[in-house]
Amino acid sequence: MTIRVVHYINQFFGQKGGEEAANLPIELADGPVGPGAALQAALTGKAEIVKTIICGDSYFNENEGLACMGIREILQDIKPDLIIAGPAFNAGRYGMACGKVGEVAHGLGIPVISGMYNENPGYELYRNFSYIVETTNSAAGMRQAIPAMAKLVTAWIEKEGKLGTPAEEGYMPRGLRVNFFAEERGAKRAVNMLIAKLEGTPFQTEYEMPVFDRVAPQPAILDLSTATIALVTSGGVVPKCNPNRIESSSASKYGEYSIGGLECLCEATHETAHGGYDPVACNKDPNRVLPVDVLRDLEREGRIGKLHDKFYTTVGNGTSVANSKAFGAEIAMHLKNAGVSAAILTST
Amino acid sequence: MKLEIGNIHVKELAFGENTALSSGRVQINREELAGWIRELDHRIAEVKLDIALPGESTRIMPVKDVIEARCKAEGKGFMFPGRNPGDEAMVGEGRTHVLKGMAIVTTGKVVGFQEGIIDMSGPGAEYTPFSKTQNLVITCEVDDTCNQYDHEAILRRVGIETANRIGQLAMTATADETRTYETKPLIQQAAEYPNLPKVGYVYMLQSQGLMHDTYLYGVDVKTILPTLLYPTEVMDGAIMSGNCVSACDKNPSIVHQNSPVIHELYENHGIKYNFMGVIITNENVTLADKERSSNYVAKLAVQMGLDAVIISEEGFGNPDADLVMNCRKLEEAGIKTVLLTDEYAGQNGESQSLADSTPKGDAVITNGNANQVIHLPAMQRLIGHDTYADMIAGGWDGSLQADGSITAEIQVITGATNELGYHNLCAMAG
Repeated sequence: MTIRVVHYINQFFGQKGGEEAANLPIELADGPVGPGAALQAALTGKAEIVKTIICGDSYFNENEGLACMGIREILQDIKPDLIIAGPAFNAGRYGMACGKVGEVAHGLGIPVISGMYNENPGYELYRNFSYIVETTNSAAGMRQAIPAMAKLVTAWIEKEGKLGTPAEEGYMPRGLRVNFFAEERGAKRAVNMLIAKLEGTPFQTEYEMPVFDRVAPQPAILDLSTATIALVTSGGVVPKCNPNRIESSSASKYGEYSIGGLECLCEATHETAHGGYDPVACNKDPNRVLPVDVLRDLEREGRIGKLHDKFYTTVGNGTSVANSKAFGAEIAMHLKNAGVSAAILTST
Repeated sequence: MKLEIGNIHVKELAFGENTALSSGRVQINREELAGWIRELDHRIAEVKLDIALPGESTRIMPVKDVIEARCKAEGKGFMFPGRNPGDEAMVGEGRTHVLKGMAIVTTGKVVGFQEGIIDMSGPGAEYTPFSKTQNLVITCEVDDTCNQYDHEAILRRVGIETANRIGQLAMTATADETRTYETKPLIQQAAEYPNLPKVGYVYMLQSQGLMHDTYLYGVDVKTILPTLLYPTEVMDGAIMSGNCVSACDKNPSIVHQNSPVIHELYENHGIKYNFMGVIITNENVTLADKERSSNYVAKLAVQMGLDAVIISEEGFGNPDADLVMNCRKLEEAGIKTVLLTDEYAGQNGESQSLADSTPKGDAVITNGNANQVIHLPAMQRLIGHDTYADMIAGGWDGSLQADGSITAEIQVITGATNELGYHNLCAMAG
């Protein structure tokens, strides 16, 4: 059985012209075009390039939304098993387009195999979405790139999409953690690693410890009595019944809720959606996670200017750092736009 | 301490007229056992018993605990000691009989958001070790006088007491295989293999409150200081689970009974190293407790003269801080470490995986990314309640579909990323 492939290339490899044709909108051609011919030859009997998408690099990058919509429609129509994009070598705009095609296809659940130079910004920005073979920095390396990409496509077909590590298969790391079932259970692997460490023989850690961002604090607020203070929590405090259905773990969203006019939170009005700590105390007195009562006291005493009338909340439990960073950036923007001077972040 | 473990292979688990074990067949009188369970606490409103076998189209949820039926055939003490007056004897010596291949599983309405799923077949079954055991499932509901703490405690008791009762069937049975485990008092153990490096096991236990607690000889471990155990004590239930949040990386009691790092360390004991014993520690929520417990762990490891340890975590996020503190302080004391953890790297695996970090953690075993999304097709039979799929940790609004299938993170699957290395899931950079 042969799988059905769509190939994405730019105007130059699509034989439409050089820079003067870079504004070419999306065109769809039957069968392989340009480097697709050599790819098709290398994949005979395993894969068939049914269509080739050709698009000008400038057009794609200057009309990204439109281009992505066009690509999505084509892919939804053709429903290929796999997409091959490029190779783009070190061509920046071409690499960005191939990377973006990877992102669109990923959203549709279609895998993408591409080829790029390791410094192409398309790799750096979109590596999460495609298997990208490392190429030389110019098209002079086409003769090595095509067999390398064909080899990865072949492996992908033979292993039914379950590719091994970047080193085993010859693609550049995608920056992803991928689950698999190991031959030995974790406890046995731990003992083997312990023995290697004791004996001073080489071993490979299964997870490299992460390096964290450090955020420099803002300068101190000199006069709190005129400051607007906001409350932000990862402790999952939400209005009763969790109206936006923030997940109890691995949150995909955060909530913005009003506390305007509320003197404090209480059992009848608020609760926690968090699944990662004993919720009983918080549900009984949600102020202990989101201290509205104390902030109102401070407001009354004139020690702070005012409490911001909205609070932001999410569930920290099992929520990926990537999601948390995105929530943080958006919440900070909301607070800044509302003229908030400082925020108190409570965790659990 | 020296303990003989005699395994009796359970070839068949079935309901029948009387409760008995014969020729590897465990038969349970359903009515009689359900009645006995109901008498365990006057607040129990309903008890239902089912048998779920490997390969069946059966889903069990929300799962609270999984327990192995064992009994003390010779020697002091009782299984899961320290819970009832008179049960205070130390365990871990003598002879213990195990009904191997079956388990007691407890389910019923959720206590929190946290309990897990066991599928006996289909894609979900690959991720849970408990799809391979013949399961006696207790669905137990309590009356509305119970608060969440009462509810959790009753269900925990029901599981343990039932396992102990079924375990009694093995008392006079002939074991299909026997294995002896022995660890001597520290000074003698050190003298036995003077030329081998001394290794230990730092056994971290969840202790963060409701649905996050663990019990050592019946004592809530958030109230303990780190302490020493002989490795064999856990085989007699010295550690009892009181937690199942998130279900993928919490240790049901059966995992403690068969504690994988302890069993694997025994394999090379006296050959590659001298396995000296176990340090039990907790994962409390305050920074002061974390500092105190990790300081205490490092002190005990030095006091024991250890050269290297394996450290296993239970849970994620907040306990990552305990794992990292234990690692850093032990390495600073000159003790080599290997860490066992799991990952929360996002649904596509694109994020960093731990909430804390140390460059000294250079030897890490991962038991998989718990955020990976899985589709669990509908099963013909449901034991328990699937309506909680949208709210349990790892599910979201819409996880449960109209056809009974569930799309969720593997977090929801009991034991999927077990951090004691109970099974084979792993993750790699890809």
